[in-house]
Amino acid sequence: MRDAERNPPDPAIPVGEGAGNRREERAEGAPERSPEPGSPALPPAEDMGPGRVPDRAPEPGGAVAGSDAGPDEDTDGPPPGVEREGDTLRFSGRLTSLSAGHVWRQAEEAAKGARRIDLSGLEGLDTSGAALVLAAQERAGGEVSVEGASEPVAAVLERARGASAKPPAPPPEKPRMGLIRRLGAWGVGRVKGVGNSTEFLGESASTVVNAARRPRDMRAADVLRHLDEVGTRAFGLILLLGVLIGVILAFQSAVPMRQYGADIFVPRLVGISLLRELGPLLAAVVLAGRTGSAFAAELGTMTVNEEVSALRIMGIDPMVLLVLPRLVAATIAMPVLALLMDLSGLVGMTLVMIARGFPLAIVVNQLHAGVQLWDLLQGLGKAAVFGLVIAGIGCRAGLQAGSGPRAVGDAATAAVVGGIVALVVLDGIFAVMFFRLGW
Amino acid sequence: MAVPEGGRPVIRAEKVSMGFGQRVLFRDVTFDVKRGEVFVILGGSGCGKSTLLKLMIGLYRPTAGRVTILGGDLAEAEGEARRNLLRRLGVMWQSGALFGSMTLLENVMLPLEAHTDLPREAREAVARVKLGLVGLSDAASRLPAEISGGMAKRAGIARAMALDPPVLFLDEPSAGLDPVTSAGLDELIKDLARDLGTTFVVVTHELQSILAIGDRCIMLDKEAQGMIAEGDPRRLRDEPPNDTVRKFFRRETA
Repeated sequence: MRDAERNPPDPAIPVGEGAGNRREERAEGAPERSPEPGSPALPPAEDMGPGRVPDRAPEPGGAVAGSDAGPDEDTDGPPPGVEREGDTLRFSGRLTSLSAGHVWRQAEEAAKGARRIDLSGLEGLDTSGAALVLAAQERAGGEVSVEGASEPVAAVLERARGASAKPPAPPPEKPRMGLIRRLGAWGVGRVKGVGNSTEFLGESASTVVNAARRPRDMRAADVLRHLDEVGTRAFGLILLLGVLIGVILAFQSAVPMRQYGADIFVPRLVGISLLRELGPLLAAVVLAGRTGSAFAAELGTMTVNEEVSALRIMGIDPMVLLVLPRLVAATIAMPVLALLMDLSGLVGMTLVMIARGFPLAIVVNQLHAGVQLWDLLQGLGKAAVFGLVIAGIGCRAGLQAGSGPRAVGDAATAAVVGGIVALVVLDGIFAVMFFRLGW
Repeated sequence: MAVPEGGRPVIRAEKVSMGFGQRVLFRDVTFDVKRGEVFVILGGSGCGKSTLLKLMIGLYRPTAGRVTILGGDLAEAEGEARRNLLRRLGVMWQSGALFGSMTLLENVMLPLEAHTDLPREAREAVARVKLGLVGLSDAASRLPAEISGGMAKRAGIARAMALDPPVLFLDEPSAGLDPVTSAGLDELIKDLARDLGTTFVVVTHELQSILAIGDRCIMLDKEAQGMIAEGDPRRLRDEPPNDTVRKFFRRETA
């Protein structure tokens, strides 16, 4: 009996078969018997066959209404077909999400001007197939009757019709603004942004001052954890970069200076530029990339997950619990990183000088004569400020993250970009300040 | 016999054990999920319900035993065979797991794009029907960040249903939903099981849902580290085979 059901009533002109690229070959008036084997990917399972009893009477099992093919065989069965006969559009075969694509275009094409849609040849229909029938009905326009659907097919079709009955809501109209207004809105946004930054700065400052007055607020374990993450874990990277920078600086300056017989002064040159400027600056760039972004991502995720809101509601100030330990750790770790960068850079420079035939004693002597302790301290002081600012910008970006997974990425980007820009600006300010002070 | 006449089970778990490191979650869990039934996995928090679901869809490999789904083993299958299996199952994740950068409509269209050759407007039409089925027609062009948790859950179901898979896995479908929405979801599950013959595997601990939709259930227990009951949930309620089951259905504390 199942076999009888599986054979569709011999459709005359199947427009579409299993493979979509064969559509063109099916010229009108070239009758071909359907169903035709071959298109589905999966072989029929062994339990498929005549006499199989469906599991759930009265409906047959499987994922497709009206079909007796079970879940193991849902790609099996006759391929879908569409044909137009006078003003009747006839569907046949199994119309499912996997097979409807083959005939979708033809069905819409063939549906134009049809008055009746005949589903008596349909062996199976899922909600995707139902979407096709509904699309065809809509394309036909006017009064179209849908006939011949078996009970389960009709049930699925009815469900899909109910689901698509509501017209899709029109996209919300975005208020269009004139150029002047947009410019104004942009300006106001900028000013608000600066206001927020200032607010954060003030809040950070007051938190730090309060924490200094009440050191018990500070959680030592958190500070140590961040010190480890910010500092010790960056040692390897800093050492590598430092040595390489030292080598490059020494080599690049030694060649032109040799022309004037001045290459003996390379240790002074590299020493001063590293200690005063490059050491802290490069260490800070590493910090912005490694740590500023990490702070932003970590706090951003916490913000998105409403953990920060939870803290606020518990009466715990996120500035104290989350931001303060990070600021403290970065401020402490940064001078150490800068010192490490300085020393490894000097080692790199020494290697180049020795390779160029200068004895170690001369290199040390030159350094001793050219570089003062004050140069080192100045650089380390700058480094501490850089650390504080980069950590602050990272934390602020994290805490001000919006919602959704993109917000975290945006926060990390803002932290790195903001951190590096702030770094360069600050360095410029320091340069002017030290010059004015005569340091 | 668990397997009905004429069909092999959709999912078969044979002596499945699972644990993480030293911690054993459950041992020797054996059951069959029959075609077209709503199969519920019950149990208290932390008993391994969601882990069992992830074992069935091949995200985890059992420490012992074997799970087959639609005749294949997802933990072992590769290439085209794996793709064929994955195409025929849908999963609604506990949190919805919608992709944040796409609208709901695009989220539902994604599996259609990956597995069918439907033209774009057809994918859109199909996706709109699926969103309509879960009552989200109006929200099609919204982003996941702009909708509520319950809506995200329903959109997750719409996406799981995108390919009309014969097997749908739902992880805590009614958790976090209001009773009306939750009841509507139960209705939908029952209707789909009836109209399309979809097999459902539902992980839940909502008593009302279990009794409303479950054809059969198994219950896991943390203490026993395994399965402590199997059968029709209404029958388990009326004739609990042991104390834990009785307490669960009567909402008694241990």
